[in-house]
Amino acid sequence: MSINRELHNQVMWNRLISVVEEQALTLVRTAFSTSVREAGDLSAGVFDSTGRMVAQAVTGTPGHVNTMAAAVGHFINDIGPERIYPGDVYITNDPWKGTGHLHDITVTTPVFHRDELIGFFASTAHVVDVGGRGYGPEAKEVYEEGIRIPILKWAERGVLNNDLVTMVRWNVREADQVIGDIHGLAACNETGRRRLLAMLDEFDLPNLDDLAGFIFERTHSATMKALENVPAGTYTNTMTVDGYADEVTLAVMITVTDEGMHADFTGTSPLSSHGVNVPLGYAEAYFTYGMLVALAPELPNNFASLAPFTVSAPPGVILNAQHPNPVAVRHVIGHFVTDLTMGALAETLPDVIPAEGAGALWNFQASARQASADDPKPPIEILMFNSGGSGARPALDGITATAFPSGVRTMSAEATEQIGPIIIWRKEIRENSGGYGKYRGGMGQILEIGPTDGYQFEFSAMFDRVANPARGRHGGGEGAPGAVYLDDGTRFPTKGKKTVPADRHLIMELPGGGGFGDPAERAPEDLENDRRQGYVS
Amino acid sequence: MGLRIGADVGGTFTDIVIELADGSYASTKVLTTYEAPELGILDGISQIATEAGVDLSDVEQIIHGTTLATNALIQRSGARTALVTTDGFRDVIETRTESRYEQYDLNIVLPKPLIQRADRYTVTERLNARGEELVAFDETGACELVTRIAEAGYESVAVGFIHSYRNPVNEHRFRELLLAELPDIACSISSEVSPQMREFERFNTVCANAYVQPLMASYLVRLRDELKARGADCPLYMIHSGGGLMSVESAAEFPVRLIESGPAGGAIFAADLAARYGRDRVLSYDMGGTTAKVSLIENYTPATAKTFEVDRTARFKKGSGMPISIPVIEMIEIGAGGGSIASVDTLGQIRIGPHSAGSEPGPASYRLGGIDATVTDANLELGRLHPDTFGAKDIDLSPELAADALIHSVGQHLELDAHTSAIGIAEVVDENMTNAARVHAVENGKDLTGYTMIAFGGGGPLHASRLLDKLGLDELIVPPDAGVGSAVGFLRAPFAYEAVRSFYTTTQNFDVDGANTILAELAQEAMSFVREGTSVDVVVERQIAMRYKGQGWEIPVTLDHGPFDDMAAELLGAKFTKAYEEFFGRAIDDLTIEAVSWSVRVASVVEPPAQIKLTTELGHGGDTPSQIRTMFDPVTGDDVDGSVVQRTALNPGSSVMGPAVIVESQTTTTLASHHVAIMQADGALLVHRRGQGGAQ
Repeated sequence: MSINRELHNQVMWNRLISVVEEQALTLVRTAFSTSVREAGDLSAGVFDSTGRMVAQAVTGTPGHVNTMAAAVGHFINDIGPERIYPGDVYITNDPWKGTGHLHDITVTTPVFHRDELIGFFASTAHVVDVGGRGYGPEAKEVYEEGIRIPILKWAERGVLNNDLVTMVRWNVREADQVIGDIHGLAACNETGRRRLLAMLDEFDLPNLDDLAGFIFERTHSATMKALENVPAGTYTNTMTVDGYADEVTLAVMITVTDEGMHADFTGTSPLSSHGVNVPLGYAEAYFTYGMLVALAPELPNNFASLAPFTVSAPPGVILNAQHPNPVAVRHVIGHFVTDLTMGALAETLPDVIPAEGAGALWNFQASARQASADDPKPPIEILMFNSGGSGARPALDGITATAFPSGVRTMSAEATEQIGPIIIWRKEIRENSGGYGKYRGGMGQILEIGPTDGYQFEFSAMFDRVANPARGRHGGGEGAPGAVYLDDGTRFPTKGKKTVPADRHLIMELPGGGGFGDPAERAPEDLENDRRQGYVS
Repeated sequence: MGLRIGADVGGTFTDIVIELADGSYASTKVLTTYEAPELGILDGISQIATEAGVDLSDVEQIIHGTTLATNALIQRSGARTALVTTDGFRDVIETRTESRYEQYDLNIVLPKPLIQRADRYTVTERLNARGEELVAFDETGACELVTRIAEAGYESVAVGFIHSYRNPVNEHRFRELLLAELPDIACSISSEVSPQMREFERFNTVCANAYVQPLMASYLVRLRDELKARGADCPLYMIHSGGGLMSVESAAEFPVRLIESGPAGGAIFAADLAARYGRDRVLSYDMGGTTAKVSLIENYTPATAKTFEVDRTARFKKGSGMPISIPVIEMIEIGAGGGSIASVDTLGQIRIGPHSAGSEPGPASYRLGGIDATVTDANLELGRLHPDTFGAKDIDLSPELAADALIHSVGQHLELDAHTSAIGIAEVVDENMTNAARVHAVENGKDLTGYTMIAFGGGGPLHASRLLDKLGLDELIVPPDAGVGSAVGFLRAPFAYEAVRSFYTTTQNFDVDGANTILAELAQEAMSFVREGTSVDVVVERQIAMRYKGQGWEIPVTLDHGPFDDMAAELLGAKFTKAYEEFFGRAIDDLTIEAVSWSVRVASVVEPPAQIKLTTELGHGGDTPSQIRTMFDPVTGDDVDGSVVQRTALNPGSSVMGPAVIVESQTTTTLASHHVAIMQADGALLVHRRGQGGAQ
C-alpha cells in the first residue's frame, strides 16, 4: 500500500465513525422508548479487545459519554476473558457499571475476526420501564426503582438465554416493548459487527490494534493541545439549585496539570433521600462534556479524548451516589454539572464560557387517570419534553427554549394530543425571561396544558430553577426563574406528587438563561429587534 | 412530429435539452441569469433551436424545473408575509424542535424562522385531535386581524391552525374573511398545502409556500408569455419535487412543490435508465459543482419521502434547515462537488466542503483568482482532468495554480507535497460520498449489495469508479447525456401528483369507513391535478405510513386495490409485519399497529422504454485511438501511464482498459487499473472490474 499511511488511517477512522453512526441510527429507528427516539437518549460505540473505546456515535446524551466508555471494561472483567465466545451477547442495567440508572440497558457484543477477539460493540438505550415504582424520584433505595440486571449473558454462542429473557419479561411493565428494545440493542451491535468485519477485510487488517493506536495517539495529542488553553492551576465554582426536598449546592475544584483536568466535588451537598442522586460516573460525563465542548469541540469521543478528564468526590455527597442509593432521575441534578464546571473556567476563558442556562429539563411525565369513578377509563401515560432558555454566549444571545447540555427534542403538540387525553392550550416563547446583557439569555417558554376526555393528571413534579435562577456572566443579568401554577391562580409546588383536576389547566413558566456582559453595551439594533418581536416589553 | 424541450435552471447553469424526432437529444448549457431566469431559458432555447435546425412552432411541450423557489427561501428574498395561527402557538416555527442539531458547538446558531415574530398573529379557535371544536372560531377577532393585515400591507398570508389537517373548516373561514377584504392578496392555507400532522413542519411548509408564491406566480406568467411571444405557443409544464409534471396553474398555487425539482429530474433520469437496462436495484449518483446527491431506485422507481429539509445551514447537517412536508424523491445531499474547498482541521484531518468555490472565483486552477484547493484541483493534479480535454471551452486549467493551492490548503499543514495532498483530498471526498450513500441506504432499510450505480452530473463519472470499489458494488453505468441528466429526466417524467394527509387509526380499532373516505378523497385530489395535464391512462398507488404503537418512526406500506372491509385490520397488520421485517430483520409479535399518514399517488402511464441489453463482452468494437498520460491509480497507489480516450470515438462493443480516462464535452469518466469500460449500443459506458462479468 503506497498511499500515504496517514491518509489511509484517516480514511479508516472516518469509516469507523460512520460504522457507529449507523449502529446508533438503527437503534433510533426501531426504538419504542420515547426518550431514545425523541431525545436521542442512547449511545453506541466500538471498543478494542481490552475494552478501550475507539469510536462513539454522537447522540443526544452527554451522560453516556464516559459511562458507556467505562462499561465495556466491566463486561470483560465480570464475564471473564476466558468465557467470551463468538455469538455471545452481554447485558446489564447496573447503574454503577452502566450509565447511572436502571432505565438504561447496555448491551455488549464481542467481535471475532480470523478466530481472534478483536473488540466489542456496545450500545445503551433508555427503555420504557424496568418495573419497581415506575420512573420517578420517589424511591428510597435503588431496590424500589426496578429490576437490576447484573452483567450476564443475554445470548451465548448465538443461543438466547431464555431464562433471563423470561426473568426480565416478568419484571417490567410494557414487556413487549422492553424486550423489543433489548433485541434492538443486540441487533444494532450486530449491524456494527458486520460492517466492521467488512471494513477489516476491505483494508486487509487482522485487527483494530494499529488503527486504534493511531486514533488514540492522534486524539491524545489534539486533546493535550486543546488543554493548553487553560493554564495549570486550580479553578473553583459553586452553584445552588432547587434540588428535591432541600436546596442543593454543587461545588467543584478543577485542577489543571500538564496531564489533564481533574474535578473534585468536595463541598457539594449531601445525598438526597430521593432518587435524584448521581453516580459519580454520570457527573464525570457532564464534566467531560462541558470541557470538551468548550475546549475541543471537533474531537471525536474515544478512550484518549476522555482519559485526561478525571473526577473525585467524598462519600455521601449527591454527586457520588453508591449502592443502594436511589438514582432513577439522576439527570435532574446531573445536568447542572456542565454549567457548574464550565463556570469554574469562566474568568480564564471569557470568550468561550456561556452564562448559566435553565439546565434541567422541564419534563411533564403524567399518568392520566379517570377523573370520576363513575366514568371508567383506561390509564394512559403521557410524556412531554420541554426546555427553558440556554445561557447567553460571549458573542451571541442564548438559545430560546432549547436544551443544554441535554440534546433532547420536544414532540409535536398535535402528535402528543393524538396519543393521550391532553390538550396543550399554549406553548409559546415566554417574553422578558432572557437575562439582560450585552447578549441576552435564551428565553424560556410558557406551557399551558390540561386533561380532557374525562381524565385528570397525576404526576411527580420535578422542576428546578424556580428558587434559584440561572446566573448571568460578566455583568449579565439573571434569567427569569420558573413558575408553576393552576389557571385558577393556585400556586403549585414544584416538587412531589400532584394532581391536575379534570377542569383545570396547569401553567408552567420555564426559566430563561442568564445574560452575558453589561446590558448597557447591547447593540441598539438588537434592543430594537427585541422590542419589535416582543421578546422584551 | 412534435418536439419536446426540457429546461433545468440550476445554481450555476441552465441546461436546455431538446428531444429530436429520432429520439436523440441536443443540449446546451448557458449561464443562469439570476435576475430574470426566464431570459436564460429563452436564450438557451433559441440557441439550441437554431443549432438543431428546428422551428419553435414545432415544439409540442416544454418541461421546466427551477431552483428559483429554493433560492428565494435560502436568500430570504420572498414576499412580505404574515402567518396567522391558533392562539397559543405563535412561536411554533421559531422554537422548532427545541434542540441543537450539533451537540458539540457552544456557538451554534439555529436557523431564523422564515416569518419573524412581529409578523405572526393569532386567532382564537381550537380543534382537538379528532377535529372537533374545543373553542369556537372568533369571527370578530378574525375580522379585526384582517384589518390589521390590510393596514400593514402584507403581500402574502400563510394560515396554519392546530389540527387543521383533520378539519380545515376554520382555515377556510379565515381565508374567506381575508379574501373578502383583500381579494388580490396571496393566501396559502396549511390544510391544502400540506395536510400532515406535526405543526412545526406543516406551519413551516405553508409559510414557505406563501413566502415564494407571489414571486413564482409572476415568474411563471412572464415565462409563459415570453415563450408565446417567441413562437413557442405550446403547453408549459413544471417538474415538481416528487418527480412528476404539474400544470403551471398548480405550480403557481403550490410553488413549494417546486423545491428540489432539478435533483428530482436526475432521479427520474436514473430510474428511466434502470428500466431501459433492466436493473431493478440502482444507486443514482449525481455530482455537480457544489453538492453530490445520492438516491435509491428499486424496481425502476425512485424512493420517496413525505418530508425533507431545505437550506441546511451547517455542513448539510440534519436539523439545520427548514422542514418542508411535501412528497419528494428521497435523496441525500452532501457538500461534495467539484468546487468544494479542502481544509485541514485541528485534528490534522483533511475536510472537504461544505463551502464551494462555485463559479466565482471557482477552483484555483480556473485562473479566476481562487486560492483554495478544490476537488477539481485535486483531480487535475492526479491526471484525471487535463487542460487539453477539459469540457468547458472558456476555461484554461492551470496545473501550477492547482498545485500551489493544494500546498496552501492542505500540504503545508500536514507536511505533504501537492500530489499527496491531492490523493488525500480525493480519498476523503470519495469516502464522504461513500459514507453518505451507506447511511442513506441504512435510513431506508436497504443493503447496497447487488446495486448498480448510475453516475451523472459534471462530476459523477469522475468519481464513480472509486465509489463503486468503496461501496463494494460490481457495476457502473455512465449513460449518454450524463452532463445534462436532470433536464433529460424532465422529458421522461409522468404527469403525477401525490396527495398526503394525516389520519390516525389502529389495527386494534380500525376505522374502516374513515379509511375508505380518506383514500377516496385523496385519490380524487391527486386525480384532479393529473387531469389538468393529461387525459391518458393513469396508475394509482396507495400507501399508509405505519408503525408499532409506541414507536416514533413510520414505514410505508403499499395497499392493494379496492376498498377496505372487515378484514382490513388483519390484512394491514400482515402487510406491515412483512414490511417491518424487510426493514429491520425481525417483526415483534402482539403489538398494536398504528396508521398515521395516508397518501395516494396518481401518475400517467408512461410507455416503458425499449429494453437495451448491456453487453459485458470485450473487444468487438475495433481499436480506439488514444493518448497516454500519467495519472494516479488508487488501486495500486502509484502514478501510472494510462490512456486518454475520446468517448465519441468509441464504437459499440469496444472496450477501454484501466487505468484510463474517457473524455467528452460535459464530463470525464475515470477508470482505475482494475476497471474496464465497455461501450454500449446506445452510447452508455458499462464499467466493472476486470475478470468479472458484472451483474447480469
